[in-house]
Amino acid sequence: MPGKTKAIQQKAAVSEPPSLQERTMSVYAVIFYLLAVLILTAAGFAVTRRNAVHAVCGLIVSFLGTALLFYLLGAPFLAAMEVIIYAGAIMVLFLFIIMTMKVEADGDRSRPRVRRWAFPLVIGAVSLTAITILVWVGPENRLPLQTAMAAPSAFGTVLFRRYWPAVEIACFLLFVALVGVLYLGRAGPKEDQSFPEKNP
Amino acid sequence: MIVPYDHILILAVLLFLTGAACVVARRTLIMILIGVEIMLNAAGIALVGGSLKWGVLGGQVFVIFIMAVAAAEVAVGLALIVHSHRRSGSVEADHYHLMKG
Repeated sequence: MPGKTKAIQQKAAVSEPPSLQERTMSVYAVIFYLLAVLILTAAGFAVTRRNAVHAVCGLIVSFLGTALLFYLLGAPFLAAMEVIIYAGAIMVLFLFIIMTMKVEADGDRSRPRVRRWAFPLVIGAVSLTAITILVWVGPENRLPLQTAMAAPSAFGTVLFRRYWPAVEIACFLLFVALVGVLYLGRAGPKEDQSFPEKNP
Repeated sequence: MIVPYDHILILAVLLFLTGAACVVARRTLIMILIGVEIMLNAAGIALVGGSLKWGVLGGQVFVIFIMAVAAAEVAVGLALIVHSHRRSGSVEADHYHLMKG
């Protein structure tokens, strides 16, 4: 009997650190859920705006939240890349194009707004239900993930040692995109006529 | 200890569906591109979560390639939008039916 009490006491002593750990775990979980709400709210704000500039601003908030989420999930290099590439370069490109073109607001009044959103919402609800069921019956995903951090040097080593052909392909893709953009962006014959030369 | 991988997946799915609804429902080409960006971002979240779950860096590496693809896609897409705006004076998807060079 005394041995059993001792064992229980030992068990209680062992199970005390997990309660502390549980508290820190819940801090990470709370951060995750806050970030999830932030990301989803900002994305929802972005897709429902009529003004494209407002949509881009909402998207920037969503991407910054995603960068924090990447940091939480152990990818600091990707967090930096998310801020630089997505929230920086791509969104500035969007703003630049929107502001140069004087885009009018989404002025489709032929169909009412409810009917325009009904079909996507129904499809979205159905697929959300299906995927939630799939995720729910999936095996061994209930356990909380352990925190980990991938150092940028380890990341770069893996990227350039193991995946260098993919890096080359991505470079080629960017080059092709550059050529395509230059081809599409050149002034057509109409524009040449509409802008007469200054010194005839 | 963070959350289960389930919750990360569900977040990614919700974000992906937000982007997909934007692509389907909006008419402006710029809003369609924004929806595609949101979808690519959701795929990145799922990949980073999987990378953490299985302790393999391949998921994070793939997110870098997603970013490269997103950059190329946005560049070409915005050039197409400028092209369409020059041709037809509109950025509505329905007015862009002339794919001549």
